Amino acid sequence: MIEVKNLYKSFNGVEVLKDINITFHQGKINMIIGQSGSGKSVLTKCMVGLYEPDEGQVLYDGVDFHSLDFEGKKEIRKKMGMLFQASALFDSQTVLENVMFPLKMFTEDKKNEIRDRALFCLERVNITGKDNLYPSEISGGMQKRVAIARAIAMKPQFLFCDEPNSGLDPRTSILIDNLIKDLTEEYNMTTIVITHDMNSVIEIGESITFIYQGESIWKGDKKDILVSDVKELNDFVYPSDFMKEVKANLGKGLNG
Amino acid sequence: MIQSFFKSSGEYFLLLTKVFRRPENYKIYRQRIVDEIDILGVKSLGIVALLSVFMGAVVTLQTASNIWDNPLIPKYTIGFTTRQSMILEFSPTIISLILAGKVGSVIASELGTMRVTQQIDALEIMGINSASYLILPKILASVIINPFLVVISMFVGILGGWLVVVGTGLVTTYDYIDGCQIDFRSFFVFYAVFKTIVFSFVITTIASFQGYFVNGGSLEVGQASTRAVTYSSVVILVLNYIITQIMLI
Repeated sequence: MIEVKNLYKSFNGVEVLKDINITFHQGKINMIIGQSGSGKSVLTKCMVGLYEPDEGQVLYDGVDFHSLDFEGKKEIRKKMGMLFQASALFDSQTVLENVMFPLKMFTEDKKNEIRDRALFCLERVNITGKDNLYPSEISGGMQKRVAIARAIAMKPQFLFCDEPNSGLDPRTSILIDNLIKDLTEEYNMTTIVITHDMNSVIEIGESITFIYQGESIWKGDKKDILVSDVKELNDFVYPSDFMKEVKANLGKGLNG
Repeated sequence: MIQSFFKSSGEYFLLLTKVFRRPENYKIYRQRIVDEIDILGVKSLGIVALLSVFMGAVVTLQTASNIWDNPLIPKYTIGFTTRQSMILEFSPTIISLILAGKVGSVIASELGTMRVTQQIDALEIMGINSASYLILPKILASVIINPFLVVISMFVGILGGWLVVVGTGLVTTYDYIDGCQIDFRSFFVFYAVFKTIVFSFVITTIASFQGYFVNGGSLEVGQASTRAVTYSSVVILVLNYIITQIMLI
């Protein structure tokens, strides 16, 4: 479980996150949604330690991450996996080497054990026969899947996914969503997905937090989100006139 | 501007403290040093040899053109001047400036691209000290391999001078080699190697600093690359003066 308590973050005097309080549950897909520039990615970066918050705490199973020294943080980071928006695979390494990398770095396992684990992870994300290709030689969807394989190689307890569907076609997006869902159940991870893709939210969202201008203004599940009366959330979920009409009809349907 | 200079200098030294921390996995670091020796050093051998042969040839020609008519200056001076110029200045300093351009831009653009594509963030989240993992092998590789490149440059430069001597018949091979051997002190080579080690450190750390902290996109990566070459060249020239003043005078 991850708890964010009273978190504030500002850049050059501009407050980007204001008093964020969220609990992310184990074994669930916890989604953070919001418009571009609302502070979702900054929140994630504060949670994984890429940014130091101005105030507040990020507790991993009760341990305050930001109060730890480098070694302490390192121990918690070994339990994290992260899927970046642009995959962030290492260009100079092949697909297999990318997945083997954290295992080589942090385990005492033998070479063939590391290789077997990496191949298992690649197979788990349905990548076969691409081991010796470089990231630039495979498609965007495959890169995402390789990045997921790398993220789960160390059997993490916490999985962060920053806009996992960005740049992917709807069909591949659904594949990635389902993969994240299956792996969350399989490894019983605390999964946090940052997205503004409503298809993903409806497909796999279990616990959803809406961030608006740096504040967490709504929490709920995917059923609540469709019938919420929070204006900012409705503007996000139903951005066009057509979608607003859909919402109105949905309301009629529910009432009638 | 002064404030910016001190801020950047502070960040540079803070980065160095992060670079020189205990590595997570010595085996992987060793392998990375070997890889970097190949990328930064061995792959520069061709350009170093090519430049050195022409530098040696030009120094020989220029010396010859200046003393040719003077009966008071012995002909072996041509070999002596070529040797001294190559060992004391051309090989360590000019080759380091060339490497600042070639290797410096490679390092800055590699790290800059890794930064903007979040590969450095990925390393950090895995619990890896990204500065140490990425930069330390580059520093060690350069400090190890560049002195070899410079010593090779000295030989090739002197050889280039000899080729001119043979080709033009300005002096005899005997006079040229005699000049190359006169008043030779191994301290000159030590001085050149010492300078090269310092310059290698400057090139890799400044280029790494510029690349590591890139913020933005491809435009900023290009700018970082340019800054890496410019700043390291300036620092090399200033340090060249300081080291020479201390060691030779």
